[in-house]
Amino acid sequence: MTAPATVALTVNDRPYEKQVDPRTTLADFLRQHLGLTGTHVGCEHGACGACTVLLDGQSVRACLMFAVQASGHAVTTVEGLANPDGSLSPLQSAFREHHGLQCGFCTPGMLMTLAELLRDNPAATEAEVRDTLSGNLCRCTGYAGIVAAALDVLARLAPEAKDR
Amino acid sequence: MGMKAIGARVQRTEDPALLSGKGRYLDDIALPGMLHAAFLRSPLAHGVIRSIDATAALDAPGVHAVLTAQDLPEMLRNTRLPVMGSSPQQTQVMTPYALAPEEVCYVGEPVAVVVADSRYLAEDAAGLIAVDYDELPAVANCRDAAQAEAPRTHNGSSSNKATRFKATIGDAAAAFATAPHVFRQDMWQHRGCGHSIECRGAVAEHDPLRGGLTLWSSTQIPHIAKHVLCDLLAMDPESVRVIAPDVGGGFGPKAVFYPEELVVAAAAMKLGRPVKWVEDRREHFLTAVQERDQYWDVEIAVDGEGRILGVRGSMLHDGGAYLPWEFSLPYIAAVTMPGPYRLPAYDLDVTVAYTNLPPASAIRGSGRPQAVFAMERLLDRVARELGIDRAELRRRNFVQPDQMPYPTGLTYRDGRAVVYDSGDYPTTQSMALELANYADFGRRQAEARAQGRHIGIGIANYVEGCGVGPYEGVSIKVLDNGKINLRSGAAPTGQGHKTMLAQICAETLNVEIEDVIVTLGDTNAIAMGVGTFASRIAANAGPSALGAAQTVKAKILSLASRLLETPEEDLVLEKGRVEARHGNRQGLSLGELARRAKGSPGVSMHRGDTPGLEHTSYFTPAQATWCNGTHVVEVEVDIATGGVKILDYVVAHDCGTVINPLIVDGQIQGGVAHGIGNALLEWMAFDPNGQPLTTNFGEYLLPSSTVVPTVRIAHLETPSPVNPLGAKGAGEGGTIPAAAAIVSAIEHALTPFDARLNMSPLTPETIIKSLKQSPNYKAALMRACAG
Repeated sequence: MTAPATVALTVNDRPYEKQVDPRTTLADFLRQHLGLTGTHVGCEHGACGACTVLLDGQSVRACLMFAVQASGHAVTTVEGLANPDGSLSPLQSAFREHHGLQCGFCTPGMLMTLAELLRDNPAATEAEVRDTLSGNLCRCTGYAGIVAAALDVLARLAPEAKDR
Repeated sequence: MGMKAIGARVQRTEDPALLSGKGRYLDDIALPGMLHAAFLRSPLAHGVIRSIDATAALDAPGVHAVLTAQDLPEMLRNTRLPVMGSSPQQTQVMTPYALAPEEVCYVGEPVAVVVADSRYLAEDAAGLIAVDYDELPAVANCRDAAQAEAPRTHNGSSSNKATRFKATIGDAAAAFATAPHVFRQDMWQHRGCGHSIECRGAVAEHDPLRGGLTLWSSTQIPHIAKHVLCDLLAMDPESVRVIAPDVGGGFGPKAVFYPEELVVAAAAMKLGRPVKWVEDRREHFLTAVQERDQYWDVEIAVDGEGRILGVRGSMLHDGGAYLPWEFSLPYIAAVTMPGPYRLPAYDLDVTVAYTNLPPASAIRGSGRPQAVFAMERLLDRVARELGIDRAELRRRNFVQPDQMPYPTGLTYRDGRAVVYDSGDYPTTQSMALELANYADFGRRQAEARAQGRHIGIGIANYVEGCGVGPYEGVSIKVLDNGKINLRSGAAPTGQGHKTMLAQICAETLNVEIEDVIVTLGDTNAIAMGVGTFASRIAANAGPSALGAAQTVKAKILSLASRLLETPEEDLVLEKGRVEARHGNRQGLSLGELARRAKGSPGVSMHRGDTPGLEHTSYFTPAQATWCNGTHVVEVEVDIATGGVKILDYVVAHDCGTVINPLIVDGQIQGGVAHGIGNALLEWMAFDPNGQPLTTNFGEYLLPSSTVVPTVRIAHLETPSPVNPLGAKGAGEGGTIPAAAAIVSAIEHALTPFDARLNMSPLTPETIIKSLKQSPNYKAALMRACAG
């Protein structure tokens, strides 16, 4: 075994410092070392997107990164999405309202991908939403509820963009 | 009176936890002292194990044990896993051992397990195990396997044929002898894999103080899993508990008890430490059950108006190396063939052949997509040959509403006659056609053709035998705080069962849905359970919830009547309280009633009372119930690339009583996505030696958000007379006719090239290959490229 490496980062604004085997993936680090099991592992080859988290605000595959690569950075996981009082964020509520989840396993990755989209492109069209989501696989919902949830939040963010 | 919850578009109680990362899936379970397992799997599709040398693996860092078949308890070493459920015709079937003792029959079959401090270390060590194999010839295709001279899938067996049976109605030979028209068609339908986004997994904990074993498993069948564990580990049923935590999708593959679950349990007992195994995606590709292929060679006899006189032929089903659910899958396919149509004569000869491919079992739809594909392609063929509109041809053949209940003359997998219990097939189809604006399609197609675009429309109908028994149970109990606890063996995998059952209970007891606390997927919660498969929960657990809640309500009112000295008919059960309609007497809360119902220590119960406000009901349906639906899909085919775009997808659906439209629509939409995968993308490829060639999501394509459109859905509700809720099943109807409808639409789009498409999936290369056979193709391609 290689000598342990230090990983120092913030996750959902909270600082952590841990010694880990350098080959530990960011997904395993979050789940096993920090106990933040909201980030899910579906394929371990970057194709399903269930493990998507934000690294300094940009979506990344937590299964394709080593934890040491995230050292010194800020990670946001699904546990960091809710409102400060613990209630569901507008995006999370919209998922519930539009049946954007069934088994819920791909859901954290979907939410993180859309959180980035809502921030960066509040005028996104349905085609852009679908394009953005195409890196996240869902086997239950057929995507319709997820797309509807995203469009609903977008419409509330930028009502004028609806007519684009 | 009362709150109306059944039929309401209720948001799911499951969602808040799942949306905030608080779901608890199998891999989220961490127990003190837990070790991690990795399996060493066969690299060969067929071989004999000469020797296994685990010395280096045992010396590797962090390793606690390496187990082969020889290291397992004697019973496990010598006993094959049982079949999950048998079909009416009992036969000997081949199932796997926990770990292969000698012969391996598909790539990925478990040979040894390493238990170590982490999965990383367990995998490292698994790579150090040296296995000496003698490779044997493999068969990777059931058409080869069925040949007499084919190498044997299982060494020493006399044939690769697992079974042969017939499905018959009437006198097919006579029908064909006098029929004015007969059309024959070969068809091949490949079904691929389930691919829940959560892979499989199991955690086992053995408590030596209690002598108890707890297995958490991402399973659809916790009670069945418990039975298997008890039998094969020789354990007292009272000391074994199986828990399905939140399960990240099932779709059939998790309705099988797997060798890994047994090995993890045996390892935990041997080592005295909890052991976890979580499948990775590559393992899922290799070892989770797949549905595998069916080859149909069938002919249809019709009269001059296109009325069906008979269908006959043969079907060959690829069983893979083992058959965990015996022959239920090809059997269901065979008896689903008549669909919603009057079929006076039928003779299908079914052969199931073993191959050296992963074990075959049900995936969403379970054999029905293949049967519907075969029937609907035959009907399209008749329509084309006789020049009858495809919708009109189907209209002429529907079983009529006034013929219900309609026996087809076949026997279903439940051992009962196939009797369509209710439904209005002509109306279902006309609703779909109207929503899809079918009547106007000719104009749309002509306009598109003028622009050089090739669009087509496809139709497919289906019926599905769902809601099969034997039973599912529900226990309902009023708690001391006035909330209601509901428990069932119906383990969910994303269908929203908690919400659906809470709705039924809440409406009956007139309480808020949030006040019903639902416990599912735990064998300690209710004595008996069957499992979640075959769209059976609403029609089995639903009526059980209704029955249990009604009995509890009667107990509540009887007790309250006595305590309030008021006749029952003058009581109102509302908002968690029982109040007298008249007078000023203070009513009682459900919590107070629950406490009073438990009696007082040392004091005799009131004569005739049973303790507590609780009841368990096991609903046993007399037969399967039959849901139905019509899919109409519009596609555009790019003749230069073979790419298919779905322009519109319409489903008209009848699942009887709709308990929650939000959930039912979601099941349909999700099912269609699965069907689109089967029609266009999903292909599990093997080389001639049985080596899998598609073992990741780059090679095996699942439908994504850019491929699956939002489906437009219409509901017809013909309540089932089979159960008091009138519920049928909604889980699979989105998938079952999808490939048939999509392939029909593609063929229709390619009419100028006289394309004949009789397989799925239809990948771009298959479409181009078909187009290249047309003399019109080259010129059209030139025009398209020039345009």
